[in-house]
Amino acid sequence: MEPITVYRGKPAVLDRNNVDTDQIIPKQFLKRIERTGFGEFLFYNWRYNENGELREDFELNQPEAAGASILVAGENFGCGSSREHAPWSLQDFGFQIVIAPSFADIFKNNCLKNGILPIALSADEVSYLMKEAKNPDVEFTVDLPNQKVYGPADFVTEFDIHPYWKEMLVNGWDEISITLQYDDQIAKYEQTIDVVSTK
Amino acid sequence: MGKSIIEKIWEQHIVHQEENKPDLLYIDLHYIHEVTSPQAFEGLRLKGRKVRRPDRTFATMDHNVPTINRYFIEDEIALKQLTALETNCRDFGIELADLNSPDQGIVHVIGPEMGLTQPGMTIVCGDSHTSTHGAFGSIAFGIGTSEVEHVFATQTLWQTKPKTLKLEVNGKLRFGVTAKDVILYVIAKYGVNFGNGYIVEYCGEVFRNMSMEERMTVCNMSIEGGARAGLVSPDETTFSYIKGRKFVPTGEEFEQSVNQWKLLASDEDAVYDREITIDAEQISPMVSWGTNPGMASAVDENIPVGSSDTIDEKELQRALEYMGLTEGMQITDIPVQHVFIGSCTNSRIEDLRKAADVISGKQVHKGVRAMVVPGSQKVKKQAEEEGLDEVFKSAGFEWRDSGCSMCLGMNPDAVPAGEHCASTSNRNFEGRQGAGARTHLVSPEMAAAAALYGKFIDIRNLENSSEMHQLH
Ligand code: SF4
Repeated sequence: MEPITVYRGKPAVLDRNNVDTDQIIPKQFLKRIERTGFGEFLFYNWRYNENGELREDFELNQPEAAGASILVAGENFGCGSSREHAPWSLQDFGFQIVIAPSFADIFKNNCLKNGILPIALSADEVSYLMKEAKNPDVEFTVDLPNQKVYGPADFVTEFDIHPYWKEMLVNGWDEISITLQYDDQIAKYEQTIDVVSTK
Repeated sequence: MGKSIIEKIWEQHIVHQEENKPDLLYIDLHYIHEVTSPQAFEGLRLKGRKVRRPDRTFATMDHNVPTINRYFIEDEIALKQLTALETNCRDFGIELADLNSPDQGIVHVIGPEMGLTQPGMTIVCGDSHTSTHGAFGSIAFGIGTSEVEHVFATQTLWQTKPKTLKLEVNGKLRFGVTAKDVILYVIAKYGVNFGNGYIVEYCGEVFRNMSMEERMTVCNMSIEGGARAGLVSPDETTFSYIKGRKFVPTGEEFEQSVNQWKLLASDEDAVYDREITIDAEQISPMVSWGTNPGMASAVDENIPVGSSDTIDEKELQRALEYMGLTEGMQITDIPVQHVFIGSCTNSRIEDLRKAADVISGKQVHKGVRAMVVPGSQKVKKQAEEEGLDEVFKSAGFEWRDSGCSMCLGMNPDAVPAGEHCASTSNRNFEGRQGAGARTHLVSPEMAAAAALYGKFIDIRNLENSSEMHQLH
C-alpha cells in the first residue's frame, strides 16, 4: 500500500445520505475475479443513462468534479453490502480520501485496509466543506500524522482515527505480515480451544 | 457486575491484547462464497501463503447460481467465478458445497442447517448478512475481501470491541405479526444506522418465544440497522434445534457442549452501553415503501408526508420519485407485479410453510409473477416432502432451485425497471433487484397475500384469517 501522510487534493461533493455500496458499485460488476478495473463502474447507475452516456445532472459528472481525489459525502456513507469492490472502485476512480459525517462500519474497515482514509467530521463541518468544494480551484489538505483537515482560507479541524490504523496508513503496511508475527501466540491459543471441523 | 454474552464471547477469543491496538481475535469458523473470495485467494497466491485452517473454513456457491437449469450457466463471467471457487477450494483444501451437493444453498441458510454454526463461536463471512448466525448466540459478522484474506492466512482478525446494545421487546406479538415485522419496525423507528458501532443483543419475551428460524430472520437484518452483529443468548430452543445435525457432537459430548453453552447467556445484571425497550403490541405487519429498509410503515398506515426523525425531506422525495409513489398514499394502494419469496432472511422451511398457508387453494392474481426460491437444497427437498411445492405451483408460483436469486439480481432472476416487487429479502436499495426495480420488503405471509391480490393487503383482514389464526 502507498503510505499516506500529508495529502493535498481536489474535492468532489456527493451530497446524499445513506449512500449504499449497491450504488457505489452495482452488483453486475462484482463478477470480476481481480481487484482492479472497477473505477469505470463507480456509481454506474447514477453516472450513466440507459444508453451508457454520462448523465450531466450527476454530481461527479460536473466539470468542477474532474480530477478530484477527496470525496465529501453525506452521513452513513457506504452502508449495505460488505463488498470490498466499493473501496476498490473509489480508489480506482481516483479517490484517496472520503469525508462524511459518518460511515458504515464494514465500509470504513474496507477503506482502511486498502489505504483509503475515511474521515468523519461534524455535519456542520461537512456542509461547510461541501459549499467550498463547489469552487473549481479549491484544494483541501489532509495531514494524517497530525489528524487535521485544512480547507480554504483558515479553515482547519481535527479528526479521530484509531492509532493502529494511523500507523498502518502512514507506513503503508500490509496487515497480514504484521499479524503473522503473532504466529506463536495464535498457535498457543489454538491448543486451548475445542476442535471444529468442516470436513 | 455481570457480563453480557457479547463480552463473554469476546474475551474467550482474544489471542493478543495491547493498549492502543484493536484486539487480535480468533475466528472459529469462516464461511466463503464465490463473489467475495477470488481476490482473497489471489492475494494468498501472490504472497505464497496458505489457508491456515481449511478445517475451519467452508465454501458454498449461492450468489451467482441460476435457480432454474442450474447446470447450464449462460453468464460466462459468473461461470468464471464459480469455476474459480472450485479451483481455489481444491488447491487450498477447503470443503465446498457445489451445485451437485445436497448441502448447497445460501451460506446463511446452510451453515445453521448443517450444525456448523454453534453458540459461543466467532463466525465471519465475506457477506454482510453473516449477522444471521448470531441467532445461535455467536458473534457473527460480515467482512470485506481483505479481511477474508487475513482470516485465510491467520485465522484471526484485528477488531476493536464494539459497544453493546440491549434491544428488548416485551409482551406478545399480535396476530399476523412476524419476526420480519419486528425487525422492520425497529429499523423504521430507530433508523438505518441506530446500530452503528454496536453489537445488538435481542432480549425479552418476544425473542425468547421465537423459533430459531425466526431469530435468524431478526439477526439477519441487524446489519440493515447498521449493527455488524446481532445475537440472542442461547437457550433450550437453540439446543434442540442444533441437536442431531451433521456437524454437531453426539451423546455425552453434546451434553457437555450444552453445559458450556448455557454459561454463555447474558447475566441478569449485565450492563450495556445502550438499551432500547419496545412494547410488542405496537408492532403491525410492515411494508417498506422507500429505498432503504428504514423507509417502512405498518400496512394500515400511509406513506409519510414530510420529513421525520429518521428521514429528511430530500431523501424522502428522492426515494418516492424512484419508487413512483407519492406522499400520503395508502400502503394498500401500492400495486404489485412481482412476488419473491426467498433470500437468507426468509427462505427456510417455516417461511415456506407460512406462505403456503396463505395461498393454499387460491390463485396468484392475474398479471403477477410470483416465485419461491428455497434457501437450500435441503429446504427444497423438505418442502417437496411436505407437498408445499404443489401448493405453490398450483397457485401459479414458480418453484426454483436454491440460491440468492432475486434478492440481488446478480443471476438471471431480476425485476424489470419500474415494476414493484413484494420481496421477503432484506434490501430495497435502488436497483437491488434489477435496474429501476422497486422493492418492498415484507414477511413471507404478506408477500404471499400480495401475490393473491396484486397489491398489498393487511393479512389480518384475509378471509381465512380465522383459520390462519389457529395455524399460528
Ligand atoms: S440471499 Fe441476498 S442478502 Fe442473503 S447472502 Fe444472498 S444476496 Fe446476500
